[in-house]
Parts: sequence; C-alpha cells; structure tokens
Amino acid sequence: MSFRSLAEILNKCKKEDKPFWRVVLEDDMEERLVTEEESFEKMKQLYMAMKGADIAYEEGLSSTSGLVGGDGARMGRALSEGKTLAGPFMGEVMSKALKMGESNACMKKIVAAPTGGACGVIPAVLLTYEEQFGAFLQQMIEAMYVAAGIGQVIAVRAFISGAAGGCQAEIGSASAMAAGALAYLNGGDGECITHAAAMSLKNLMGLACDTVAGLVEIPCVKRNVGGAVVAISSADMAVAGIRSQIPPDEVIDAMREVGESLPRTLRETGEGGLAATPRGIEIKNKLMS
Amino acid sequence: MNVFDVMGPIMVGPSSSHTAGAVKIGYTARKLMREEIKEAKIYLHGSFLLTGKGHGTDKALIAGLLGMMPDDERIPNSFSYAKESGLEYEFEGIELRDAHPNSVMLKLVGIQGNKMEIIASSIGGSSIVINQIDGVEADITAAYPTLIIRNIDQPGHVSMVTSLLSKYGINIATMKIQRNKRGGNAVMIIECDQEVPSELLVLLSNAEGVKKVTYVNAVEA
Ligand code: SF4
Repeated sequence: MSFRSLAEILNKCKKEDKPFWRVVLEDDMEERLVTEEESFEKMKQLYMAMKGADIAYEEGLSSTSGLVGGDGARMGRALSEGKTLAGPFMGEVMSKALKMGESNACMKKIVAAPTGGACGVIPAVLLTYEEQFGAFLQQMIEAMYVAAGIGQVIAVRAFISGAAGGCQAEIGSASAMAAGALAYLNGGDGECITHAAAMSLKNLMGLACDTVAGLVEIPCVKRNVGGAVVAISSADMAVAGIRSQIPPDEVIDAMREVGESLPRTLRETGEGGLAATPRGIEIKNKLMS
Repeated sequence: MNVFDVMGPIMVGPSSSHTAGAVKIGYTARKLMREEIKEAKIYLHGSFLLTGKGHGTDKALIAGLLGMMPDDERIPNSFSYAKESGLEYEFEGIELRDAHPNSVMLKLVGIQGNKMEIIASSIGGSSIVINQIDGVEADITAAYPTLIIRNIDQPGHVSMVTSLLSKYGINIATMKIQRNKRGGNAVMIIECDQEVPSELLVLLSNAEGVKKVTYVNAVEA
C-alpha cells in the first residue's frame, strides 16, 4: 500500500533502520510486484531521460502562442558573462528550469515530474547538483526516490494537478519533492528531508493556476524557476537545522484546504489571475482568431 | 497510486492530460481496432475542445491512432505522418452528456472495413478511461492488460473463461460482466495482472458462445 503520510515513511525508516529512499523503493517493489533491479532501472530511465531532455534543448524553438522560447539560453548567457547575482549553482538551476519548461511548451520530450507544467523543477536542481558536486549516479537515483516518495504522499493527501488544487499543487509539489531530494544529497536524514519539503510547500502555498489562454506556457515556464529556487533555499534551511513549526503532514493538509478553497477561475481554467489581465485576454483572442 | 504516478511518464509536452493522455486514448483505440485506421471522425468535448489546439490534443490523438506512444518525438508532426499513411481525419466539437471535461468521441473505420465508436476521457496525470465502446459501458483504463470478450449470455461462459485464464497462470485484477438482455449479448471486461499470450487469445476466440475477443496491452506511461 502506498504511504498516506510522511510520518509513516519516517516510522518505517526508524523501525527498519533504512534510509528514506530505500523505504520508498521497497514500497514500489511491493506495490508493483517488481524486483529491486526492475524498480531501480525504471527510475534510472526517468533520470536519464531528464538528462537527455536538458541536452536536447533548442534555443530557436517557439511554442504555439509564439511567446515562449529562448529564455533558458538567455539566462545561460547572462550567467557565463558573470552578470547574475545568483551565483554559479543557482544560476545554472534557473537556466535549466527555464530550458525544460520551454521544451515542454514546445512539444519536446520531457519527464512529467509530477506534471508537464512543472517538469523543470526537479531536473534543474538534480542535474545541476550532479554536474557541480560530482555525485555518483547511484546517489542521484536515490534522490529521485526521495522526491517520488514525497510526491506520492502529496498526491494521496492532497493533489498534484493545477485543475484540482492550483499551481501550489504542481509547482509547489515539484518544489517540495526537489527540496527533499536536495536535502538528502546534502547529507540530511529522513526528518530533515520532510522539513525541507514542508518549507517549500509553505513558501508556495496559495499559488494560483492562471494559465494565459489555458496553455501550459505563461506563467508555467518561469514558475519552474521559482519552484527550483525555493527548493534550494528550503533544503539549505533544513540542512542548517531549521524546522517547520507546523509538522510536514499538516502542511500538506493545509495545502489541500487552500486548494479546495481556490475559486474555479484559478484552477487551470484560464479565466482568472494573469489570464484575466488585458494583455492575457489579448493573447487569448489573438490565438482564437 | 505508485511512485511512477508522480515521477514520469516520459512524454512529449506540454500537458500530461491534454497531450500524453490524448496520445494514449488514440493508441488504445488503435489497439482496440486491431487493424490500421483508414478514417477517423474525432469529436472533441469540453476542455479538449476549448484548449485542445494549444495543447496539441489534435496532433496527439492522431499520433495515437497511428500507433505512436506518448514519448514519440514524431507527435508534433503527426498530421503529415497521417497523410503519408493514408489516414483521413476530421475534427468537430460536440457536447457529450455527463462526460468528463477532457473527453472525446472517436468514430473509426479500419482498412478492412471494421467500424468502432469509442468515447474516452483523460482523467488527470496521463491516466485515461475508455468509457464506451460501440455504446456499451466499458470503463477500461489500459493500466492493465485488458480482455474484452463479447459472448452470448448463457450459463458456463464466464467460468470457462476464468478457468482458461487460470490454466495459463493469469491472475484477474478486476472483472466486469454486462449484458443488454437475458440470453442476449454479453460483454466480459477483464483486467489481468499478466499479459495474455496470443495462443490463449485464439483459444478464447474459438470457445463456444464467444463472438469476439479484443485485447489491449497495458499502455506504459
Ligand atoms: S500555472 Fe497551472 S498549468 Fe502552469 S505549471 Fe502552474 S499548475 Fe501547471
């Protein structure tokens, strides 16, 4: 059975003296009746596909609306020219997040994590970490399990789609998953992982899904940057020993409650927020005609 | 719910429901037809109609009907592949009753003249449901290998089918039985834990009282 709470995962870690990622992996073996190798191989394929998608980015592509494309490369150039405040790690994460979001909008191959709209957050932090900190592939796949375990609890306790719970459920969930994975890579234990996730969710709580013309373009692409940057700061806070005063599972429950009280216009209908601005409406009308 | 419901699938963007789910619907329909499709009338409902174009739902459905999977990089150009392989298609809007917002009705004709009408929905993530096949409630998710057996409603057919399955070591995950009237046409929809070998499909097709057997592999992603 899948986990209904992060606390349940932590209990199992303690009782069986196993790391967070292994508890999630063993649950998958039970759930899908597969061997450890089969499960691990499947997760590795996803990670390799993320890498492939990052490399396959094309600067010249543009999306259906013609308004998305090229920003990942722009960010990369600013970084190499030393113009950014963010520094080499966060700057590269930002560039990768944009690139993946753009590739998605331009009908390129990506890995939904947890969705297409939010597909840039997790690969941005993980791929950059691997490149800049020289981690082993094994560790990176373990971090993928950490992320997936967090995402699975959020999906069961709340939701992971913008239509159900607003963007906090997509970018917010992706950010929580990425934060947990980063905390793990940076030496955090199970408890630290869950608090990193909780702090990400707290920072993105209430985020509306207000896609212009109903397309996964504006604001989705740039929100991947927000999700990734919040993940880094949350992981750093957690590793520093900072804890969420609201227990992580309760934070997820709060996210659900907020999502349920978001009006329909802010849940992927393309009717509220940025979609309802004069420019948003103009873009929509242009696309319709 | 498993971890790969939140991590993955590998897919062509932009939307898991409007793009990947739509490919899966087309792909599953193609499997159900068991032959190449010559003609497709596609009726888009709800959000598929409203935002489908921008999400490439139209291209995705055609790609699926051509047998492509959600991660196929040819999806953006599926219209030209359709032209090449002689698939004629038409899109229209429709208002389906009591349907999920992301729904579509497909009226298909195969190269051997088989016809099929399917109503399907993309229900979140890239999960799909085939709601109806030729007017019969089906509720197939394509998450499992699925057998659809049309038979005459007579005693003994169900147990014959289940015992054949168990003889081949196939475990039944779910099973639904429906009929239009007593002694009339019945449908068994069986989701299995294992793939069904073609040898067994032949046995089932030739069994007494069975009119037609359709099989859909689980669609990964
Ligand atoms: S704005 Fe909506 S569609 Fe875009 S990433 Fe957020 S939840 Fe997804």
